[in-house]
Order: sequence, then C-alpha cells, then structure tokens
Amino acid sequence: MEALFLYGFFQRAFLAGFFIAIACALLGIFLILRRDAMIGHGLAHVAFAGVALGLFLNVMPLAMALFMAVVASWIIMKLKVKAGLHGDTAIAIFSSVGFALGILLATLSQSFNVDLFSYLFGEILAIETSEVVFSIVLTFVVVLLVVVNYHKFMYMTFDRESAKASGIKVDRLDGLLTVLTAVTVVLGMKVVGILLVSALVVIPAAAGLQVASSFKQAIVLSTCISITSVVLGLVLAFLLDLPASSSIVLLSFLAFGILFVFRRARG
Amino acid sequence: MDFVAAEQELLIEIQKVTYSYGYGDVLKDVSFPINSKDFLAIIGPNGSGKTTLLKIILGLLKPRLGKVKIMGKTIEEFADWKKIGYVPQKATHIDSLFPVSVKEVVAMGIQSSRRFQRRTREEDSCISRALQQVGMEEYKSRRIGNLSAGQQQRVFIARALANHPKILMLDEPTTGVDAQTQEHFYDMLHRLNREEGITIVLITHEVGIINKHVAQVACLNQTLVYHGSHDEFCRSDEFKRMLADGHHLVSHHH
Repeated sequence: MEALFLYGFFQRAFLAGFFIAIACALLGIFLILRRDAMIGHGLAHVAFAGVALGLFLNVMPLAMALFMAVVASWIIMKLKVKAGLHGDTAIAIFSSVGFALGILLATLSQSFNVDLFSYLFGEILAIETSEVVFSIVLTFVVVLLVVVNYHKFMYMTFDRESAKASGIKVDRLDGLLTVLTAVTVVLGMKVVGILLVSALVVIPAAAGLQVASSFKQAIVLSTCISITSVVLGLVLAFLLDLPASSSIVLLSFLAFGILFVFRRARG
Repeated sequence: MDFVAAEQELLIEIQKVTYSYGYGDVLKDVSFPINSKDFLAIIGPNGSGKTTLLKIILGLLKPRLGKVKIMGKTIEEFADWKKIGYVPQKATHIDSLFPVSVKEVVAMGIQSSRRFQRRTREEDSCISRALQQVGMEEYKSRRIGNLSAGQQQRVFIARALANHPKILMLDEPTTGVDAQTQEHFYDMLHRLNREEGITIVLITHEVGIINKHVAQVACLNQTLVYHGSHDEFCRSDEFKRMLADGHHLVSHHH
C-alpha cells in the first residue's frame, strides 16, 4: 500500500484531501452548533450554477463557483437579518434556484458531459497540481481566520446575546463565517463533488460532537475523523476501484454510527 | 439601607429613552441615573419595557429617541464592555448539546477579546475566584448542559464576574427558582455589592422580591413611574397600587 504514495496522482489527491478535510471539520462544528448544518447543501447547489457558468463562459469553473457561493452565502445571511427569512427557507430557495440555473446553463452550453459530472461527483484522484496548491492556500486562509477568531466564534455560537453585549461584533463575524463556509464548500467540492460536499462538512463534525466533552475535543476529534475518512476513502477507492467521493462519505458515516452507538451505550 | 451619596459616582445615565416595537412605544421618555454601589431593582408588570431598557443600556437595541451614557461616554463611544457584566434571562438559549464545561463558559468572558489560545495563570485564578464567589467551584469540569437551571445561572454570573465588572445587570435572575435558592442568591448579590462594591441592577416582575437587600427601585410601566429609594417606594402610592393590582408577591420572612 505504501507504493500508492509513489503515484503522483495519489500524492496530489492525498495532499488536497488532507487539508480540505481539516477546513471542512472546523467549519462543520460551528455550522452544526449554529443550527446551520444545511447551508452547505444550499451553497453546493449554487456552486453547481457557478461551475456551469464557468464552463459556459470558458472561465475557470472553480473560481466561478467560489464567486457565486460567496455571493449567495452573503445574500442568504442578509435575507435572514433584513427580511426575516428563516435560514432553511432561504437555503431551500437558493439551493433549487442554483441547481435550476446550473442545469439551464449546462444545457445551453451543451456541457452536460464528463466535465460537469466530475464536478457533481468529485474527481479528487484526477486533481491537478495547480488545484492542489489553490486548495492548500485557501485552506490555510480558512483555518487561520477561524483560529484567530476562535474564541469569538465560540462565544457567539454558545450565547449570541451575551457575546454581543460583551462587545463582540457578532454581525460582522456572522458575515465572516458565512464567507468561510462558502469557501470551504467549494474546497470540499473538489474532494467529494457538489452532491456530497455537504456530507463532508457535516458528518465528521456531527460524529465528533457525539462524544466530545469539551469544545477543543470536539474540534480535534472531528478533524481526525474527517482526515481519516478522506485518506482511507481514497485508498479504498483506488485499491477496490470504488468512487472516492462515496467511499469517503460512507466511511465518515460509519465513524458517526460507531460514535453514536458508543454514546448511547455510555449513557 | 442608605449608601453615602458622596462616595458614589454616576455610572449610567438614561436620558429620555423612547423605544417602540412597531405596535407602539414600549418605553417612553425614561430618564434616571444609576450610581456606583447602587443595588437597584427595575420592576414593573410584564411588557413594561424592563428587558428592552436593559438591552438598550447594553447596546443591543437602539432607542428611537433619547440616549444612554455609560461612564460618561455614549454607547457608540463606549468600548469597555467588560465593565458591565450581563446575565441574561434564563429562558434564553442554552444548548445542552454544546460541548463545553463550566470552566470554559466562565473563560469565554475573558478570552473572547484575545486572538490566541493560552490563558494566563492570572486569568485562570480570576476564573477560579469567580466560580468560588458563586459557589460553583466544585462543578468546574462538569458540562454546562448537565446542570440545573439555577446552577447554570450562577455560572453565567461567574462569567460576568471573571472580568471584574463595575456593574452586574441581571434579567429576571430568580424566576422559577425556589424560595431558599432565591434567598441564597440574594445574599450572594448582597455580598458582591457590599464587599466588592459591585453595582447591582436587576430586573424582576416580582414586586415582593425587593427585599432587604435592594436599596433603589425604578418602577417602569412604559414610562418611569417611580425612581428612588426602596424604603420610600414601599410607602408610596405606586407600590400600594401594584399590590392592589395583584402583582406577584414573594414574601421573605427574616
């Protein structure tokens, strides 16, 4: 199996997957505790429209996806605040409109082909070096911004009103978290595809939260589960000729199942 | 129970504050001062604007008219929010699934202004001391979700105390709590007020709670109906009217 790491494609997949897994777990913890777990789903569908637009205009699809996801996340947040639209309603709307737009653009540009499918289902094993670099840099930015604002994020997630009363600019930080989520979703898209990226963001974090007794523990555990699922998923995908995206997600679900049962058994 | 006025400084000035929620004014032209070392109860019937006023003081809401000054600065200018400890109403919030210990909750108040992880030893001792002040030291490693409501409330007070606040503002801190716990609770607040010089401002709709510890009373019912000493309030017409209206009475036998 060590020989696997001699292959260039596997090295690239491993590197990108490793780092993206960290970003996903980190954001996932906050999203779940903020009761915002579905936003990854919504943003992924918007990202799909971005990818289709990118293919249509012959502009780097990943960049278009990033742009549209960030814009959509911002609008969803503003709708929640200004129009009092519930988060899940806004997500439902954006998610379906995003996908509809993507289908329209894909049909118009006749790009319902391998390219689009690789974005939908993920093709981490075919990731290029430039994309690996892009992913790692972006992950560093995401992780750095979360670490720097860690205590503020934790406080406002736990008790928003008291956090605000203590001087924390919760609205501004909401915006930051929203944008970071959009970025992480687009990153995750590279690993498991648009259709499953929400799972990569949510499941490892949910698994970690089953048994963690402190916030730090939750983060460490979720990150380990995320990384393990990705790496093991990649290995299995290659060795057994399975799709990487579903292997990764199913493994993370297995971890969740085990920890869920463990928690129930512990009482 | 009269504090010497000369030792006191003006901490908070509420000036002609008016606030509406869209269906009408919930606060109208409310003005009164809060001085250091006050032990003030803001009372009034449900819907009288007490919590709204508190939120305006804390900068969580903006008044339609009027303004609030904290330690001489307007809300926009004021930045030393740690000096004001806020203990929100019990009904709000806490997610029992949130994986966080009592100690971590208290630490949140201190750490949130800093970027990176490590707590200093001094901060750790602030946290311990705050927990001791509220009698929750032995629970410091317990998950917050596993405590009773009264215990959680005390942890939130510790969180506010860890920053050595000048004022502690509590919103309905003892609603739904049994009489004995209430007793201990007010004894604790009294200690903080007398021994540490912390100004206490608490909101309650229970008229009878304004017991032997409360020194000042502000009675709200959209407008400021009364502001002054507790003793005088008990002799006043407003108090008699509130009793006659059947406002909730909690008696304290000493």
